[in-house]
Amino acid sequence: MRACFDTIADHIQGSIRGGEGFTLWLSGEDSDFARLNQGRVRQPGSVSQCSASLRLIQGRRHATVQVAISGEQSGDLARIDHALDRLRAVLPHLPDDPHLLINETVSSSDDDRSGARPDARQMVDALLEEGDGLDLVGIVASGSVFRGFANHLGQRNWFARSSFNLDWCLVHDADKAVKCSLADFSFDRAAVTARMADARRQLEVLRRPSRTIEPGRYRAWLTPSAVSEVLGVLNWGGFSLKGLKTGHSPLRRFWNGDDQLDDRVDLIEDVAGGIAPDFQADGFRRPAQVQIFEGGRMVGALASPRSAREYGVPTTGAGSNELPESLSLAAGDIATGTELSRLENGLYIGNLWYTNFSDRAACRITGMTRFATFWVQGGEIVCPVDVMRFDETLGQLLGSGLEGLSEAAEFQPSNMTYFERSTQSVRCPGALVSEMRFTL
Amino acid sequence: MQAESVGRFHRALPADLANDSFVSLRLVEERSEQLSLRKGVLEPPEVQLDVGAMVTVHEDGGLGYAATADLTESGLRHAIDRARSWARATAKVALFDPRTIAMPNPTGEYRTPVQRPFDDVPMAERIALLHELGACVGDDPRFVDWETSLYAVLTRTRYVTSHGGDVMQELHHLAPDITLVASADGVVQKRSTGQRGMAQQGGWEVIDRVGIRSLGPRLREEAIALLTAPDCPAGDMHLLLDPGQMMLQIHESIGHPLELDRILGDERNYAGRSFVTPEMFGSYRYGSELLDVTFDPTRPEEFASYGWDDEGAAATRVHLIRNGVLEAGLGSVVSQHRSGIPGVANARSTSWNRPPIDRMANLNVEPGTSTFDELVSQVERGVYMETNTSWSIDDSRNKFQFGCELGRIIEDGELKGLVRTPNYRGISATFWRSLVGVGDRSTFQVLGTPYCGKGEPNQIIRVGHASPACLFADVSVFGGA
Repeated sequence: MRACFDTIADHIQGSIRGGEGFTLWLSGEDSDFARLNQGRVRQPGSVSQCSASLRLIQGRRHATVQVAISGEQSGDLARIDHALDRLRAVLPHLPDDPHLLINETVSSSDDDRSGARPDARQMVDALLEEGDGLDLVGIVASGSVFRGFANHLGQRNWFARSSFNLDWCLVHDADKAVKCSLADFSFDRAAVTARMADARRQLEVLRRPSRTIEPGRYRAWLTPSAVSEVLGVLNWGGFSLKGLKTGHSPLRRFWNGDDQLDDRVDLIEDVAGGIAPDFQADGFRRPAQVQIFEGGRMVGALASPRSAREYGVPTTGAGSNELPESLSLAAGDIATGTELSRLENGLYIGNLWYTNFSDRAACRITGMTRFATFWVQGGEIVCPVDVMRFDETLGQLLGSGLEGLSEAAEFQPSNMTYFERSTQSVRCPGALVSEMRFTL
Repeated sequence: MQAESVGRFHRALPADLANDSFVSLRLVEERSEQLSLRKGVLEPPEVQLDVGAMVTVHEDGGLGYAATADLTESGLRHAIDRARSWARATAKVALFDPRTIAMPNPTGEYRTPVQRPFDDVPMAERIALLHELGACVGDDPRFVDWETSLYAVLTRTRYVTSHGGDVMQELHHLAPDITLVASADGVVQKRSTGQRGMAQQGGWEVIDRVGIRSLGPRLREEAIALLTAPDCPAGDMHLLLDPGQMMLQIHESIGHPLELDRILGDERNYAGRSFVTPEMFGSYRYGSELLDVTFDPTRPEEFASYGWDDEGAAATRVHLIRNGVLEAGLGSVVSQHRSGIPGVANARSTSWNRPPIDRMANLNVEPGTSTFDELVSQVERGVYMETNTSWSIDDSRNKFQFGCELGRIIEDGELKGLVRTPNYRGISATFWRSLVGVGDRSTFQVLGTPYCGKGEPNQIIRVGHASPACLFADVSVFGGA
């Protein structure tokens, strides 16, 4: 698609008139998906899709038209011409935009690691064969993703990756399951073999009779997966400069200095350590890191170019939604293998699910345990625990209630495929919490 | 363009297809427009012009799909080859044999009734409406943020099968929205129309039909009043929900649990399973005798109406729950075949780039006989809640906790003052049995939202929910921290 991108960018550059500027954002994928259920294939297929978002700028007026790109040149260029015509027709009807911020520093880049495309059918075979006899449900997602940016100043940025993401469960019964994931740039069947063997061992523990706990406060170990779910709900406007400035961010009490997290909490938007492109749709390059919490205090926010202009601060290269793409919570000092002994008595929570705010102003979060949560006694896993609802503040989970973070921070590429395969990721450790409130 | 693509598809069909093979083409052309006014500043308009096709092949006992934006004959031939290759490669490990399922081969057309197409409305008139909706804020400095917006989508689809099916559909969607955020003395409160909750099908007439022009002043007054309102009380009490919150309550604790693909286990790795099991259909008491729930994609103004689903099944109105008893599930032709459970025409996909799965479309609670005042008069102690702001439910769609933007105390049969941060929690399997009052048509609203997430690969889809106000007894209600 790189050649297609360059052709479109050149075509637009040659089509704009005096007094016009443009930005072009190309986003696409060529992916294979295979949906699995009961250890068999439910729905396999392939998706080739690409879209080009063309923004036309005349002075301080601008608008965007996004068109589908097929790779068939004459049709694609005709769609681009149609988009240009449409934009030229609408711009005279628009007022000047006081929040328009254009990247005027040309900074081109080329980061193409598309390489060999992982073979999805090999992955399907590997999962079904290694999971033979088990109730396996999940998805294989594999292929290439690409992003491109161009503007009238001659900036060109290109990003391409070939990768895969296997995401599956081994279900014991009803809602008791071992959740597994495996993501990389090239496929190695041995990794599936090892992960499946580990999952089979965990499945044996799940077969023990489960316990239903009463609502109340429990000491808890949150695995990195569970911690990432807590961090994930903060994405809903939490780190957004606009959300913080308008008071709608759930983190505003931390932003205002009215509250702070445990001083071991260091949270950054770690572009350098993630897998997302280091440029965004307006052509701004992202800094390698943006510090958000440091020593438990909120010190930074994610600012889109638009918010940057509105509030008179530098942009952090965030997208228009001001979401983190490569969030990273610093590791702590709880040694690997000592998690259960440090927990001693309480809940080992493998996964959390469906988090939301029950009191946004207080940053109080509710959600469910899912797949595998265990009752731990004397530092040993006793039995699975039936799903429970928690309702707790972030200040308790990562503040006054935080006893420690694991020394190992786990890198978790996003398995999300809404609209297209995600390039987001989270890196975080597990967390030991002295008390966590469960309500239902 | 669709006619040309259909011709290319037929020319691209393989000559060696067996009689029991099945190939379909689903063409989707979609134009969506987003126009927003934030704090009096027009956000740059965005238009999406999407077009593409999905080919699905059932062959040799397997199935496969391929999605492409390349609608040339060679592009469609390549897509057929890709889908065919998947079908053949996975036939021996397929979950079911698609040859055993009689796929529909419908013909016909369906169009949203439209009085004034959105496209015919000049940009100046659209912008003027956004200013009009936001004018309620005035120059009150307590409004730290506010936004009015229009989201319009025109979808044209063509579904063609190798066995003679050919359906054309044209759907017009419009979602007007208001969000106001007020702040004073460290307190922030939001009032809004919900998750684009006033979304309906139709043209510009939707604006007046949903009554959004008169809504701004009320939302403004409520946002200001909530700034100094007390917190919602805690305890077990009566709960009266407006249609805006009923939309969420229906969606999460009736809609998703009744999806047959969840019951069949397809969603267990992502969206979850269901507390509903196959043997419950036909006898399970889902709710009190006041509960009547229909799947109704035939209501023309509702947001997720259509003539046929994305696998060609004709849309009809079906009672899922009658007098509180579960009768049918939300399952497509394929899911009905797999489960043996009666279902509906709800194989739906986000667009050409995702395969159809079981979705909700329009899922409604039928109106009862009580006026709003009669519902209130039943309550000795309770809370009335409006407009969803928080939602969370377990993966079996059973233990839930929901929150609203606005609460109002009900005491001794009368509405009293506002309370903020109202929340409640319950269990789907028992919650609907506590339904003690259902509002009549005067309380009934046709609402919807573009944001229902599900599936692997993930899909977001439009749903409609129409409901009267409903009253529940002995619900666990609580407030903020």
